[in-house]
Amino acid sequence: MELVLHINGKNVTVNVATDEMLLHTLRSLGYFSVRCGCDTTNCGLCTVWVDDEITLSCAYPTFRAPGHKITTLEGLQEEASLLADCLASEGADQCGFCTTGMMMSAIALKRRNPNASDDEIREYLIGNLCRCTGYASQLRGVRKFLKGGL
Amino acid sequence: MKYIGKSYDKVDAKGILSGKPSYTGDFVPKDALIIKVLRSPHGQATIKSIDTSKAKLIPGVEAIFTYEDVPTTRFTLAGQTFPEPSAYDTLILEPTVRYVGDEVALIVAKDEATALKAMPLIKVEYDVKTPVLDMHTAIGHETIVHPEDDIHNNIPVGQDYKRNICVSYHKRVGDVEAELAKCDYVVEGTYFDQATRQSAMEPFQSYGYIDHLGRIVIVSSTQIVFHVRRHIARALGIPASKIRVIKPRIGGGFGSKQTACTEIMTAFCAWKLQKPVYLLYDRPESQTCSTTRHAREWNIRVGATKDGIIQVIDMDSITDAGAHATHCFTTTTAGEHKSVPLYNKGKAVHYGTEGVYMNHTPGGAFRGYGATEALWPLECAVNRLADEMGIDPAELRQKNLIAAGETSLVYHPDEMMDSGLFQETVNKVKEMARWDERPHSWDIDERYRGGLGMALALQGSGVANIDVASVEIRLGDDGNYTLYTGSSDMGMGSNTVLSQMACEILGCPMEYVTVVESDTDIVPFDPGSYASSTTYVTGTATKMAAEQLKEKIIAKLAEYMDVEPEAIEFDGLIGTTKDGSKQMTVKELAPKLLVGGERAEQLSGFATWGSHTSPPPFMASIAEVKVDKQTGQVIPLHFYSCIDCGTVVNPKLCRVQAEGGVVQGIGMALYEDVRYSDKGRLETNNFMTYKIPTRQDTGELHTEFIESYEPTGGFGVKSIGEVVINTACPAIQHAVKNAVGADVRTLPMTPEKVFMAMDAKYKV
Repeated sequence: MELVLHINGKNVTVNVATDEMLLHTLRSLGYFSVRCGCDTTNCGLCTVWVDDEITLSCAYPTFRAPGHKITTLEGLQEEASLLADCLASEGADQCGFCTTGMMMSAIALKRRNPNASDDEIREYLIGNLCRCTGYASQLRGVRKFLKGGL
Repeated sequence: MKYIGKSYDKVDAKGILSGKPSYTGDFVPKDALIIKVLRSPHGQATIKSIDTSKAKLIPGVEAIFTYEDVPTTRFTLAGQTFPEPSAYDTLILEPTVRYVGDEVALIVAKDEATALKAMPLIKVEYDVKTPVLDMHTAIGHETIVHPEDDIHNNIPVGQDYKRNICVSYHKRVGDVEAELAKCDYVVEGTYFDQATRQSAMEPFQSYGYIDHLGRIVIVSSTQIVFHVRRHIARALGIPASKIRVIKPRIGGGFGSKQTACTEIMTAFCAWKLQKPVYLLYDRPESQTCSTTRHAREWNIRVGATKDGIIQVIDMDSITDAGAHATHCFTTTTAGEHKSVPLYNKGKAVHYGTEGVYMNHTPGGAFRGYGATEALWPLECAVNRLADEMGIDPAELRQKNLIAAGETSLVYHPDEMMDSGLFQETVNKVKEMARWDERPHSWDIDERYRGGLGMALALQGSGVANIDVASVEIRLGDDGNYTLYTGSSDMGMGSNTVLSQMACEILGCPMEYVTVVESDTDIVPFDPGSYASSTTYVTGTATKMAAEQLKEKIIAKLAEYMDVEPEAIEFDGLIGTTKDGSKQMTVKELAPKLLVGGERAEQLSGFATWGSHTSPPPFMASIAEVKVDKQTGQVIPLHFYSCIDCGTVVNPKLCRVQAEGGVVQGIGMALYEDVRYSDKGRLETNNFMTYKIPTRQDTGELHTEFIESYEPTGGFGVKSIGEVVINTACPAIQHAVKNAVGADVRTLPMTPEKVFMAMDAKYKV
């Protein structure tokens, strides 16, 4: 079916199968910051924003997306760059495959609760799994980001 | 040092974190056909008949391949250097299937939906055998997992295939029984470690196409491009010159990508069809149809005399090799070399295993590579020994610890540990955790008990006398440098570390160096990034290549400045005569070297280096946990570690390596349960059931380094990547035991097991 999606401030016309999930639509359109780690809402790699709410795009049918504002990391490059500096300064990127999804959650957290405590950071980001870092460096990086950057 | 010891950001951090296309799945050709794999529902079966005719009628199905279509030369998927020590026990497809999930047919279609539509139309009739699912009955089982006659080993490893034995290894030094009889204290016990999954966040995948020269190009998420090229050449029966393997950025490896996975299937389909193809595993396939840590059951005896000397280490084990013997022999021998030498004052050692074929996911390489498994029973036993002797477990260890300049009963005759500040490392971690200043077992409140536990660990740095890295560094026409390496940066930051090592010699800023890695057409041979080899082996080769290039640059500067090389001071950018009268920059020199005339010469430093030894990094850890007396749940509070990994090249990246390894170890210790159904189906095959730690499950990590100087490694380096996963299981086990008396010897230490084993006086 043909749909018009509103992605990162632009209208994009797509033709998708009725059961296609937003994750796969976004990747087919070249939004490669959105990644698939499990396809079953357990890992958080596919985190995007739908109407500014963090959403796992692997379980969000594309046909529901018209009329909603879809945001990926590609559409948040200014904040992403600031957060990237904070993460890189702690070596928190490692393989990087999960990091872009976590960044979507971390940027959302900053908008909602810039004074989040360590426990609140851990709780807000809990759905974003990472196998490389052991999370400690990510916590240090996100802490810096919430405080305004390097 | 100008560059070594500085916490540079990773050279690729900004691009990766902007979401730019970087990984295999981001570059798949739009017209690639999709491969899906029909998998076995049985543990062990023979295919009696397979009918693909109906499935092939589905529009959009390009081809369906079965065992009748593939070459019949056996190979191994293990990524190891000549002579490959893992059994050639694998075909792309074959009439025997050996675990639930084993490959039965390859469906190639225009898209995934079409392939999935065709899959159930393939009719397979199986002759189902009783699966081998219990390691205790595997030897001599009625079902022979590998009954074929063309299975082959390049070196003898004690195999007896008709009895399901793929490895039998026993090292004996001294008289174990006689020495045990002389011991005043002996502890013994049975310990089990589970077949943990590496669980890299990027699922296994590769795509392949035929280039304009008619060659196969495979782009894969792998740690081992050259090994994969060799595997494809052998499996397909074509020369390596017809194959190119490229690794883009990869999303984690941890050893899982030291074994080929999808690549041979992708190469076969691309070659057969002469079209681009893409094979992507979903998460259950990634967890089930790759390779795992080896599950091992250990029977250990450790004996000491009353003077506190550990006299005997006797470790016997059964190893679940799974359906193929990938890495079974070498994880066994590595485990010996990286555990037993910790305590080298004794008189007798036995270390051994029977590796048995079973109808489980094949074993393979996982960070720690045998050492994690072997240190688990050893360190648990040493803690019990200290307990029985009534001395502090740190004191017992420090009394028996190997020191620089010493050897071990299991070392080769000329082998010695050259460096290591092990005593200092133990002292430091004790100080970090306030080990001497507080009880190791205490009440937190009515519900929780607290406990401290200790463990030590070794690893290696590369494989001695085997791993060889080559590095080339070229001077470009703008005074820039390109560093070519076959090592794989899978996220640990090796490209950054190698750049730092090159810049330390060349003297130029970091941004002048570009690292090109892991493309078999372009870079010199390197086994790949595994065995904790990259900083030590490839890094040392990098240093040598840079030294050679620097010498050549100075010689050329001298030539163009018309002075003797000795007269030049070179700071990496500018050559200046010592009297200050003449100057020339590399930027000025470089283009002059690349234009016509007799003086033209592309400058390049090239070095090949391998080590006669594998210097062990060392880690001392103390775990602090609280245990819920009502449920048996173990909550990690703090994990203190001090590590001697030689010179630390990049403290920030080194620390994150340690933190990441510790948390993987915590996952293995407490959460990552591997459960098979009674028919052999892996039940914990996704992140809902296979629980890798979340960011609320780790506690606080405290990491410090003590830097020894390893004389064989460039700039004094050893390794960091693997040792860091080795202490968590035994240290947490000890802490749990101290907290509530639960002596859990089967991993993971789930709440049920801890509760059942808890001292009755603590049960609420």
